[in-house]
Amino acid sequence: MKKIDKERVLLAIAAPVLALVAAFVITALVLLATGKEPFGAFGTMFDYGFKSDSQVEIINKATTYYIAGIAVAVGFRMNLFNIGVEGQYRLGAFFAAAVGGAVSLPGFLQIPLIIVVAMTVGAMWAGIAGVLKTSRGVSEVIATIMLNAIALSIVGYLLKDGRLGHLDEAGTSVSTTPLPSSGHLFNFDMGEDVGQIYGFVVLAVIIGVGYWFVLGRTRFGFDLRSVGLSESAATASGVSVKRMVVTSMLISGGLAGLTGLPLLLNDTHAYGADLFPAGIGFTGISVALLGRNNPVGVALAALLWGFLERGSGRLEFEGYDKEIVGVMQGVIVLSVVIAYEVVRRYGLKRQQQKVGEELAAQARTKKEVTA
Amino acid sequence: MRRVTKIAAAGIASAALALTATACGSSSKDSDTTSGSSDSSKLKVGVAYDVGGRGDHSFNDSAAAGLDKAKADFGVEVKELTAKTSDTEADREQRLEDLADAGYNPVIGVGFAYAESITAAAKKYPKTTFAIVDSVVDAKNVDSIVFTEEQSSYLAGVAAALKTKDNKVGFIGGVDIPLINKFEAGFRQGVAETNPKIKVTTQYLTPGSDLSGFSDPAKGKAAAQGMLDNGIDVIYSAAGSSGNGAIEAVAGKSGAWAIGVDSDQHEQPGLAKYKDSILTSALKNVNVAVYDAVKSVKDGAPLTGTHAYDLAKDGVGLSTSGGFIDDIKSQLDEAKSKIVSGDIKVKTTVK
Repeated sequence: MKKIDKERVLLAIAAPVLALVAAFVITALVLLATGKEPFGAFGTMFDYGFKSDSQVEIINKATTYYIAGIAVAVGFRMNLFNIGVEGQYRLGAFFAAAVGGAVSLPGFLQIPLIIVVAMTVGAMWAGIAGVLKTSRGVSEVIATIMLNAIALSIVGYLLKDGRLGHLDEAGTSVSTTPLPSSGHLFNFDMGEDVGQIYGFVVLAVIIGVGYWFVLGRTRFGFDLRSVGLSESAATASGVSVKRMVVTSMLISGGLAGLTGLPLLLNDTHAYGADLFPAGIGFTGISVALLGRNNPVGVALAALLWGFLERGSGRLEFEGYDKEIVGVMQGVIVLSVVIAYEVVRRYGLKRQQQKVGEELAAQARTKKEVTA
Repeated sequence: MRRVTKIAAAGIASAALALTATACGSSSKDSDTTSGSSDSSKLKVGVAYDVGGRGDHSFNDSAAAGLDKAKADFGVEVKELTAKTSDTEADREQRLEDLADAGYNPVIGVGFAYAESITAAAKKYPKTTFAIVDSVVDAKNVDSIVFTEEQSSYLAGVAAALKTKDNKVGFIGGVDIPLINKFEAGFRQGVAETNPKIKVTTQYLTPGSDLSGFSDPAKGKAAAQGMLDNGIDVIYSAAGSSGNGAIEAVAGKSGAWAIGVDSDQHEQPGLAKYKDSILTSALKNVNVAVYDAVKSVKDGAPLTGTHAYDLAKDGVGLSTSGGFIDDIKSQLDEAKSKIVSGDIKVKTTVK
């Protein structure tokens, strides 16, 4: 029993390690091909990434990526591919900012209100895809990716001077009414030169624990995972698959709606086109894949992503092509997918061998007995 | 068995988190003891470009041209960094502070997206002079550079109106934001006041919440192609590097004209293949402003406050290279003098 444990742990760790090593080797080759010395680049990234202010920034970035990653992971566990996190995040953050800027309540009401608005909007937007899938059989991949485009256009339409936006002094950019100070979430101040860690990181941890608990320790989570593993088996055991699809899309979308809130509540306090970066929803997909939908794994993946992005700016400063980090991120995701498959097959083979050996041993002893 | 995996994972995770959270390293700002430039013998200029960066043949390249001139004239040392569409405020602030921290002075933010981050950076590095293009930052050590793009766009509208044969002209905006609306407003007014019968078609590549429309030549090309197919024969695009795609599409149709933006696009080596289709360009002389900012720091009297570069000061204008608008020069000069004298007031919003 003990021996198998060790092997399992080794196999579980082998995949991500293999993936990272492969990614670094491939990136080093790419760097060499561009005529740059690779170790200098990695050295720069590590050196800069471990500075205290970089660490604060990495945690802040990772908070956002983590929530996006968990939102995607909820869908993944049910074999639902929610590509619409990007749109849900934008729409959720935008309406949360608009509502938050329009009302002024004491902090203990204001912040929950903003959170509820963001979650509701995100959930509704994802719910459209869920309902379309169950009632009309539309693939959620198509529906969510189309809803992304629509979400961007809705935000673009409403974010105009005179609608929900306000023009700045120079007349060049628009943003929503800033949140009143009661809508600002606390930050962990790490000192003048170091910066502030978003208080929202606490909520991110709670989300992670909640995800682990609901999926691993409740009947609902069991149903959800069983639908993901086999729809027909789940149906046979009395789970309504349609209901599960809609529910998990709502949960996924609700979490996706929260993605923009660390930025909104802790940093920008308003929604503007240049304040909310593009692509967080897609980063969430990468992070969920890398973390294998495991709450701790996704956290590590989110931190890794934050680290890589943090380092990319410095690479440019040092004269490297900053696109190299984009290459590295892509290679990591690919390597992870491949490495897990390789390790899974290897594990399967080992198991078969072991079972074979045991059977052979049994047969041998039987022979000895009969002989 | 699964428990062991979980415990191991949790152990690794908490170790990693602890390592991160204890902030064991020093701050990236500690290493350099001098903030701001103490070594005044050689001027170091830091530039943070907008999305698209050097090589967009347009807005950023106009800033780059000014930088190159300063480099040639004063022998300054230069560091150029570029924005990404995935930037957060913190990323932009870090970019500017990295530059200021390494002793770059002045530090120039190209594009309105740097407004907030320059406000923050200017506070932290009071001895460094900052410059912001396309926005206004109220601080003692910031040079706010704004342009009257509606005036040059008005002239572009006049040129388009005089050159169209089918009385249909088009405007392609990169992103539907107030800054680009200024270009559209000026262009529309210029066309309408020259020939009210002309129909102006507008298309924005992305809505205001998505800034990718400034760096997507494929979108620009598709939009221009659509306009050409509808019989539009003069297309003015204010869309950063997306405009290159529009110019490429226009070059594919004989008799159609493209109007460039920000840089003199007829003279851009990267667009040399299409230059015979580029009627003129609505210049936004970011190069002049950047050069002025660098020079002022070099001369020891840094520019601060808001500086509007307008038509009267040739901060904006219409390029004449290629000679395609020489035949309508008199009308253009007349319009220009009316704008300068104030007889024509150009609107900044479309309504």
